[in-house]
Amino acid sequence: MSSKDLVEIVFHGRGGQGSVTAANLFVAAALKDGNIGVQAFPFFGAERRGAPVRAFARISGEEIHLRSEIYTPDIVIVLDESIMEIVDVLKGLKKDGIILINTTKKSEDFDFSKKYNVATIDATGIALKHDILVGGIPVVNTPILGAIPKILDRVTLKSIQNVIKNKWKGEGGETNVKAAQDAYDEVEVNF
Amino acid sequence: MTIMIDTGNYIAAKAAVMARPAVVPAYPITPQTTLVEGIANYVKSGEFKGEYICVESEHSAMCACIGASAAGVRTFTGTSSHGLLLMHEMLHWAALARLPVVMCNINRVIGPGWNIWPDENDSISQRDTGWIQFYCSSNQEIFDTVIQAFKLAENEKVLLPVMINYNAFILSHTSMPAEIPEQKEIDDYLQKYKPKWKLDVNNPITFGNIILPAAYEKIRKDMQNSSENAKKLIPEIAKEWKEKFGRYHGGLIEKYRCDGAEYILLAMGAIGAESKVAIDNLRKNGLKVGLARVRAFRPFPKEEILKLGKQADLIVIDRNISVGSEGALFSEVKAALYGKSDAKVYGFIAGLGGKDVPYTDIEIICKKSINGRVKECEWYNLEGV
Repeated sequence: MSSKDLVEIVFHGRGGQGSVTAANLFVAAALKDGNIGVQAFPFFGAERRGAPVRAFARISGEEIHLRSEIYTPDIVIVLDESIMEIVDVLKGLKKDGIILINTTKKSEDFDFSKKYNVATIDATGIALKHDILVGGIPVVNTPILGAIPKILDRVTLKSIQNVIKNKWKGEGGETNVKAAQDAYDEVEVNF
Repeated sequence: MTIMIDTGNYIAAKAAVMARPAVVPAYPITPQTTLVEGIANYVKSGEFKGEYICVESEHSAMCACIGASAAGVRTFTGTSSHGLLLMHEMLHWAALARLPVVMCNINRVIGPGWNIWPDENDSISQRDTGWIQFYCSSNQEIFDTVIQAFKLAENEKVLLPVMINYNAFILSHTSMPAEIPEQKEIDDYLQKYKPKWKLDVNNPITFGNIILPAAYEKIRKDMQNSSENAKKLIPEIAKEWKEKFGRYHGGLIEKYRCDGAEYILLAMGAIGAESKVAIDNLRKNGLKVGLARVRAFRPFPKEEILKLGKQADLIVIDRNISVGSEGALFSEVKAALYGKSDAKVYGFIAGLGGKDVPYTDIEIICKKSINGRVKECEWYNLEGV
């Protein structure tokens, strides 16, 4: 993938897990890393806590003119493993596409790991370890973000940590920065 | 200059506050809500020093804009869909009173059935109110157009209110980067509004009094003349903006790869941006297709459209329908060519109710037109009818 190519990502999560924030922070970091075209948007519909939600991100080395939904992502990111029982998260994923899953399982535990590039991270475990909870629910978006630079070289951990610090000032920011670091160190990649 | 990466609504809020309006009356409606929330945040941070009025309806919002603007100060508001429709009476009022109110309208479907997604029937149904209408296709264009709108509306040769339209969610809730000039640069560009007249307790005069037919007709003609002036000024303002800030989104229309085009696609709003991807692909396949994205729908760029019609056959996509007739842009394009061009004009209705219009569909629309396999006005990809 050249540094100018368009990369399209779909985030699958549940309302309250921070999927939309993850997409927004991801593109802010990508912009810092020189991807001059970036775009992040939620699925435009009703959102409820706990219900399946989607968020979308595009990055490119050039201005992005696309305004439509993402139908054939390069990368799929699953913030909640249980979503995979009710949503076909692989729908449209490109042939050489990557799927990053928040799970305690290994990539070979997923039968599609022969067909797709699979990366796994226990983001919930990291969120619990750092006590990143909102209303008692672990918020997994910052650990998920920390894992992305290991599967996509167009964005750096440093930029991800910078945008996290910008978003949450003080101690909260530092905790989330550490969570991103842990995820970066612990993500397992089968490709 | 800083780069702000945020949603269309938050970027519009930033632009509105940087223009330093004295009064912002607003009533929230999805998907405009975050625009007025954004301005409310600037009240809290102290960045917005004007009067922020929480009104009880959109009709009242426009009334408050009219009152404030008549008192001689810069005013801004935002709305969407049913909110815009509730303003309808006062939209006419603001324009006839020649008040340079600036408003963002986030294009959203009209109910029932209840739907919060984008189409243009809300603003298209306000086209005869006398407001200047822009349709934006990126967050950067929203920022730039809000600032330019005050410059245009407050020009003595214009003095008409301006509506800046952009698609619900596709722009209002999508984060994209926008270059934001320094406040001083905006202050230098957009000087304090100096009204020709105003409501003033120390100098009491009446406005909007009874007027006889012949004089009223003159008022209407003066509006029309001023709109023609706006038609000349819009490209000049865009050019000046390019020189000062280095950014250009087109004048009345934005042309994209029209050189040597045998077919030119016309569209507005986000479809106008998405179309660039379609045009690139069609050109790669050797098809000579260009794009003219219509930025200003009022005043309507008749002369420029006629030039396009002398060069190429035209393909029009409307995200609106004038029920009983056809797409609004389609009608206007044909009227602009009438008796002066033999160009074929193909009309498509697409994306109503917020249905996605990806570039792949736009390519099909263009190819169908080029092959001549189309009805005069076609509903593209209509399901189950």
